[in-house]
Amino acid sequence: MAPPRHRDRGFSRRIQYGLFFGYVAAGIGVVAGIALILIARFDPLAFEGIKGLALDVTAPVTKLTRPIVRGGGSLASDVGDYFGAVSENKSLRKQLADAQRGLVQARVLAFENARLKRTLKLVGEQSQPIVAARIVGSDLTGTRRFATLAAGSADGVAPGQPVRAADGLVGRIAEVGAHASRIVLISDGGSAVPLRVVRTGEPVLGEGRGDGAIEVHSTVVGGAGFRRGDLLVTSGVGGVYPPDLPVAVVTSVSGEIATGLPLARPARLDFAIVLPQAPVPPPVAPPQGHRR
Amino acid sequence: MAIIESDLLGHPSRLRLQAIPVASTMIGSAVTLLPFISTAPVLPPLGLLMALGWRLLRPELWAAWVALPLGLADDLITGTPPGTAMTLWTISFLGIDLIDARPMWRDHWMDWWIACLVILFCGFGQWAIGYFVSGGGALWTMIAPTVLAILCFPPIARLCALLDRWRLSK
Repeated sequence: MAPPRHRDRGFSRRIQYGLFFGYVAAGIGVVAGIALILIARFDPLAFEGIKGLALDVTAPVTKLTRPIVRGGGSLASDVGDYFGAVSENKSLRKQLADAQRGLVQARVLAFENARLKRTLKLVGEQSQPIVAARIVGSDLTGTRRFATLAAGSADGVAPGQPVRAADGLVGRIAEVGAHASRIVLISDGGSAVPLRVVRTGEPVLGEGRGDGAIEVHSTVVGGAGFRRGDLLVTSGVGGVYPPDLPVAVVTSVSGEIATGLPLARPARLDFAIVLPQAPVPPPVAPPQGHRR
Repeated sequence: MAIIESDLLGHPSRLRLQAIPVASTMIGSAVTLLPFISTAPVLPPLGLLMALGWRLLRPELWAAWVALPLGLADDLITGTPPGTAMTLWTISFLGIDLIDARPMWRDHWMDWWIACLVILFCGFGQWAIGYFVSGGGALWTMIAPTVLAILCFPPIARLCALLDRWRLSK
């Protein structure tokens, strides 16, 4: 096939000028686009209004198609469950027996914990959740890991607030529309959460990898290190995230760095709870001294 | 015999001629709104694929600047930093215009090669801009959707051709 001759617009001045100004507009547009990217880099909240509006406009699509998609998905797993029901039943009974033993122990521990706290006169910060809402969807393309929550600024949601599910920490609010908001998941590459290893109490930092897992770095030199199966909870250092929320389980260890799998699996999430942002401690005053 | 737009003499309406490509591209961008929740990118960038399908099928349909509003809509729908798809798509369209200006043989394979280049450019560009703006994830997570996007281009091109026949039918 011969090359398309569409750009050959003959001798018409009008069409030639039209083509030329089209290219000028495209060039200016590229420059404007780069400017937008730079603004987003240096002022992350610059486009909050228009992004929130877009979120409000697009969230109903997700909400309306959700029952259809969920129905199809659960039908497939229902058929799968029908086979192998007996073996599943057996293993579930065994798990239940184990869990009940653990539950009794946990109750004893909770009682003892409360008693010890009373003796020490420790006052825990009790924070009331802001709103519980449905997670309706997530960004399926692109490298960032976002999920959409069906609650927005009308419900008191604001950027920066942590979001948890029953199983553990989900992420924090990034953008807010009036009736929908976007959550940055803890597995997103731009997310970092101060954590603590439950077994050793060692402070660590959990950074998202963008593929569903988080990378855990130790923040102390020569610490106790990680072990497979270590439970990670938020430490509450630096505010934002309240302390002692379960976050992830260590699945593999390589030296000082470990990989953790978030406990709240976003694919299985239904409801999430938005918590108030933990107060950020005031910045330390710069040292006073003689100025040279 | 191929249908060309000058044969139509005002049929069908101008609105329909213009609206179907734009609407189908925006619907492609909006597929990401389907309520699946994923921890890694799984879908190819369907908005980009639709835009490419139309651009390569009908070079005379859109001027290069049309990629600006389409890209902005894609950015707002998918939640990438505004300006990402806007810039990358427009640069890609300008690049395709450059390729079009060279006299060389064009067939479906050539179009696929061009689409491959654009998909790789936009995929890597999106990752790089995401990384620059707010710290992105690992680059290897982009491999699966990029390969999928390259494999998806021929069916999307067929879909565009189908829509095009419907668009130009009287």
